[in-house]
Parts: sequence; structure tokens; C-alpha cells
Amino acid sequence: MKNYNLTHLKELESESIYVLRELAAQFERPALLFSGGKDSIVCFHLARKAFAPAKIPFPLVHVDTGHNFEETIVFRDELAKKYNAQLIVGSVQQSIDEGKAIEEKGFNASRNILQTVTLLDTIEKYKFDACIGGARRDEEKARAKERFFSHRDEFGQWDPKNQRPELWNLFNGKKHLGENFRVFPISNWTEMDVWQYILQENIEIPSIYYTHERECFVRDGVIYAHSNVIPLKPTEKVEKMQVRFRTIGDISCTGAVLSKATTLEEIVEEVAATRVTERGSRIDDKRSEAAMEDRKKAGYF
Amino acid sequence: MTDFSTAGYLTMDLLRFTTAGSVDDGKSTLIGRLLYDSKSIFEDQYEAIRASSEKRGEEYVNLALLTDGLRAEREQGITIDVAYRYFATPKRKFIIADTPGHIQYTRNMVTGASTANAAIILIDARKGVIEQTMRHTYIASLLRIPHVIVCVNKMDLVEYTEEVFEKIKNDYTSFAAKLEITDVHFLPISALKGDNVVDESKNMDWYKGATLMYLLENLQISNDQNYSDARFPVQYVIRPMSSDHHDYRGYAGRIAGGIFKKGDAVTVLPSGFTSKIKSIDILDESLEEAFAPMSVTLTLEDEIDISRGDMIAKTDNLPEITQDIEIMICWLADKQLQLNGKYALRHTSKEVRCVVKDIQYKVNINTLEKIKDDKIIRLNDIACITIKTTTPIAIDKYKKNRNTGSVILIDEASNITVGAGMII
Ligand SMILES: Nc1nc2c(ncn2[C@@H]2O[C@H](COP(=O)(O)OP(=O)(O)O)[C@@H](O)[C@H]2O)c(=O)[nH]1
Repeated sequence: MKNYNLTHLKELESESIYVLRELAAQFERPALLFSGGKDSIVCFHLARKAFAPAKIPFPLVHVDTGHNFEETIVFRDELAKKYNAQLIVGSVQQSIDEGKAIEEKGFNASRNILQTVTLLDTIEKYKFDACIGGARRDEEKARAKERFFSHRDEFGQWDPKNQRPELWNLFNGKKHLGENFRVFPISNWTEMDVWQYILQENIEIPSIYYTHERECFVRDGVIYAHSNVIPLKPTEKVEKMQVRFRTIGDISCTGAVLSKATTLEEIVEEVAATRVTERGSRIDDKRSEAAMEDRKKAGYF
Repeated sequence: MTDFSTAGYLTMDLLRFTTAGSVDDGKSTLIGRLLYDSKSIFEDQYEAIRASSEKRGEEYVNLALLTDGLRAEREQGITIDVAYRYFATPKRKFIIADTPGHIQYTRNMVTGASTANAAIILIDARKGVIEQTMRHTYIASLLRIPHVIVCVNKMDLVEYTEEVFEKIKNDYTSFAAKLEITDVHFLPISALKGDNVVDESKNMDWYKGATLMYLLENLQISNDQNYSDARFPVQYVIRPMSSDHHDYRGYAGRIAGGIFKKGDAVTVLPSGFTSKIKSIDILDESLEEAFAPMSVTLTLEDEIDISRGDMIAKTDNLPEITQDIEIMICWLADKQLQLNGKYALRHTSKEVRCVVKDIQYKVNINTLEKIKDDKIIRLNDIACITIKTTTPIAIDKYKKNRNTGSVILIDEASNITVGAGMII
């Protein structure tokens, strides 16, 4: 008899497509939060699969900190153009200029937290009732309990004690006026799954995921890209290094890893051999043990 | 993280399991052990729990901390909800629905169990089969988890004796005989010391069976899906209206059961219109056949009116169309179930309204007795009720298909999911 068994990647893909279609059916104005990172690129790819041959029935929304790697921005614009997708950019710089957000000061200043203000503003401006995020439950403790359909109150806040139970594949996206949802189609994927899938589907990703030579410096054991965004301390020296990024975020809080990986296969092998979680190279979560949970409650992705 | 060859992922499959045990049976320790011994723990995660253990004044690294979630739980030292954990071996990827073991238990375990292929039920070797064990087993059978793995834990505290294990096995078998469970496995383990979790125990020569990890890697799950009753709930209608695909009209959905092939004669429910499958599409590919749980887009030979909530099934094997449905319901909300109350009901991609016509009995989930004199259904209660829907829906019995046999009830004022139902 024929073997009707799906591989784990096919099963994950099928689940994610299912979630995206539920979203499109249950909400009036959804949007895909697109950071230009691999997780949101995979979400975009899944959305193409979910709605082909029609266009993706929602816009891409990028919350631009103004501190992004240029490669990410170029990639984002090309992708939107290639697939004829609508792109909306919310600017953190603008939130700062308008006095809605206050820039952090000091050597470890980051615009990561400020993104929340801009995100909530953008949601309100465009009246989005559901935002798709590329978050995975394996990324961080607080995310392990996140639902596929995550309810947010009218202030955009997440209440970890008051989440709707999610049974079988029956998602409840009902809401009152002003409330909205975050929807996480790749909740059940791990970093490894994401990379294997990118390899299997041969998905294009920004060049900075591959190894390249870059001016870097080391702070607290983390390799940072040298840029005008992070002021150097007197003792810090800029060196040329052969690096790649495992996640892509704001320049000020994304650490690089030394790498020789020039192909997707090599990246997968490297990821398989790595002994540190990818968030280990993101500084924002280290501030306190409960850092992520605090930010989530305030409406972070 | 273990040796994944780059090609290995092409043959890996996925197993979802849930863990059940009462407080202190060693559930967190066991999960921590599985994650740690399968090398799924990263250095920085390990370092974080090592530091926490030290801060708490514990003498060894407490693997249970790995699965510890939200701050409130950290403070109270209990878990309060379902959390999902992931690990993989070169054979399989695993998703654990980790559910806590206190009073809210039923609601959480039902949630975790709803998507699981397997349930691990923990028993403390010193305590043997207790009330909670029955409860967990009942829920596993009610939710029809295909495989049950009974782990007799803390064998190190009973000198690893075979008699203790055998007695528990016999006790369990005799009461589980009353329930419909198809595949049960028994293992003597020590989560703390690691016996028979990932590595074979050196302390129990008398045990000839597999380790837990071996079992998890080798459970036969390809028969867990229903491949005989083809069901396709329409989630979304795709109409590109572009010049390239002017007349394209695709029905997007996830196959909820069975196998669909190009050319199959199908009936659309509830309308009853019939047609044939013209194509099975996914992005640029067109498939000859597709099976559960694949997400695909179907196109049909004839132009018929189909919308979200309709069900496409093979004409020679149709689900039942009805408005009167009997369900076993697990109540998930503080506000009690209202007899004659109206609720929104979600079944596959369909949403209708329903009214609760009758509460037949409540189940004492510790003794499995039917309670007929107390019909007040509160949080965590399980009951048999009859509902009537506003319009007919196409259903199967839960026993036959977990996807087309399950419903949720939603409170229309608060929008909260209040009930989880299995059609009987
Ligand atoms: N001796 C022994 N102790 C265990 C074993 N498994 C767990 N424990 C201990 O039992 C206590 C409760 O374990 P924990 O994993 O927190 O239980 P949970 O409440 O089911 O998650 C802890 O002190 C563990 O160290 C075991 O196999 N042998």
C-alpha cells in the first residue's frame, strides 16, 4: 500500500497555510508584519501558497526602526515589487519626531522597544484587525504558550492568563470593536524547521544571512556590525570579520556569528551544529529573565 | 541539533504528544530530561537554568526549570496553561503539549490532547494507579488519542523492583479495559536519573522493552489519520480575477479526512450539488491526488455556488447532514453551561448558532459514573448534551474523524470559547 504520510515540513507547511486561510476568512483587514527576516519571509512564501493563483489578500507592514541593515530594506522592496504586494512602512523615526516615542540613550540604546509604539499606531491608522507575525513558540519561554490566534485588548495588550483555549484546528477570531488579533502561522516551527524549509523550497533571503566580510566589533561577547547606530566605547576596536546573521532585526540589537556558510546547505549544517539559541544573539531578551513577557504584555509582536 | 544530515529532513515526520500526571509525578523533570538528553537544549538555555537552580539553592541542575513558563508560574512554582515544547531527533520532530497537573487540569489536558497522536501518562511508582490516573486515561480515551504510553516514574525510589511495576501495569490494564484505548505501552523509568528515558536502564535488567525515546521515535502514526472518508471543508474561495486566471475559481482548504484524486465524483454539502474534481492545486504545482492533512486548492468541472463553510465529500461516501447533534462536551469557562442557552458553534470552517436542548448526564471523571441528578455543568465538567443548530451541518462521529467530529461553543456576549464538543 502507498504510504500516505507527510514529512514534518509538509505537515508544518500545511498547518501554516490552514492558519493563513482561516485568518483571511475570519478577519476583514489583516496585515502581514514583515521584518525582512527569515521568519517573515517564510510567512510570505506560505501566504503565496495559500492564496495562489490570486494575490496575497493582505498588505505587508514593515515597522522600520530606521536602524535596519540596508540589505534588508533593499530585499523588502524587491520582494514586494516582484510579487506585486502592497507594502506599508511604519516609521519609528517619525514616532520619535512626533514625540510619541522617546529615544533611548547610552551605549546599549536600542529602538527595539520603540517599535511597539509605531506598530500600535500603524494598526490604528489602517484599522487592521489582525496582524500576522512570524513568531515561533520555540524562540522564548513566554512564547511557548502563545496561541495561533492571539487575542489583544483595545490597548493591544496580551493577557497571558486570559487566553482562549485552542482546540483541534478550530480557531476563534471573534472580537469586540477595537480589539484585534495577532496570528502566528509558524508557531510550531523551530529555527531548524525554518532553515530546512527555506532550503527545501529554495526561498530567497537577504544576503546578510550568508557569510560576508564586514566591519565588526565585540561587546559583552556579542559580535556587532559597526555602524553609526551604535557608538563605540573607547576600548572597542573595529575589525574585519567573516560573519553572517542568524536573525535580522535592528542593527543595534542583532548579533552576528562567525561563519563560513555560503550556501543554504551550509547554513543548515551550521544551524544544526550550533549550541546557542538564536535569541542568545539578540540582546533585547537578556535585559531581564522576564524581558520578553513584559514586552509582550505591552503589545510587542 | 543532533546529527541532522542535510538530507535527513526529507524523511522526518512529526509526532505530537501530550503529557499527563498529577503534581510532583515528575512531568517537568521528564520533559526536561527528554529535551536535555536529545541534545535539544542550547548552551545558553542550560546556563540560564543552572544559574536559576543555584539561586534557588538546589544542589543539582533542575531540568524541570526548562519547561517552566510565565512569570506568575515561576513565582507560584506551578504551570497554569498549555505550553508547547519542541525537539527533534534525526527520525522525527516532536511537539509536546505540556499541560499542568492541578485543578484546571481537565480544560488544559483536553486542549493539549485535541491535537495529540500520543499521550504520556505518568504514575509515581510509590503511589501506583490513583484517581488522577483514571481521569487522565479517561480524557485520553475521550479525545481518542491513538497511542497511550504509561510511564511508571521514580523507579529509583522503589529499588527498581519488577513487582512494583507489574502490579501497576495490572491495575492499570484492568481499569483501562472499560475504556476504548487501542494502543497502550508500559515503561518503568526514572526521569530524574534518566533510566529508560533516552538511555537504557542499567538498573532494570528485567525490563526487555524499549526506552521512551525509542518508542516515541518508532510509534506507527501513519494510520492515525482517517484515510477512508474523504472530507474537504471549504475555508476560502480563491478568485484571482486577473487576466491570466480569468475564470479560475478554486476552493481552498485542508483535507480533513481521506484521499481525493483528480476526476473523483464529489458532492458539495449541504447543497447536494455534484461535480468532479478538475484539479488539485498548490502554488505552481498540480497534484494527481492529495490526502489528509494537506492544505490544497480544489477546482471542479462544473460551476456551482460554493462558499466557506461548505463541505466537499466523495459522492460514494457522505457525512451525515443534520441539525440535531449529540455531543460529549468539556466545559471550559467559569460561567456555567445554560440549558436552552444559545451559543455560536464552530465546526470545521462552518459557523452556525445552536441552542442547548438537553443535558443528559454529567460524567464523574474519576469513577466514570454517569451523574443524572446534578445537571449543573461547570468549568472542567464533562457532560453529554444535545444541541440543535440553526442550519444543517455535515458531520461525522468524532470516533470516526477527529476533524469533522469536533465542535467548539463560543459565548456570544464575551466571544470566549466556552465548550469543546465531540460528536457521538
Ligand atoms: N527520585 C526521583 N525523583 C524524581 C523523579 N522524577 C521527578 N522527581 C522529583 O519529584 C519532584 C517533582 O518533580 P517535577 O518534575 O517538578 O514534577 P511535576 O509536578 O510533575 O512537573 C522533584 O523534586 C523531582 O526532582 C524520579 O524519577 N526519581
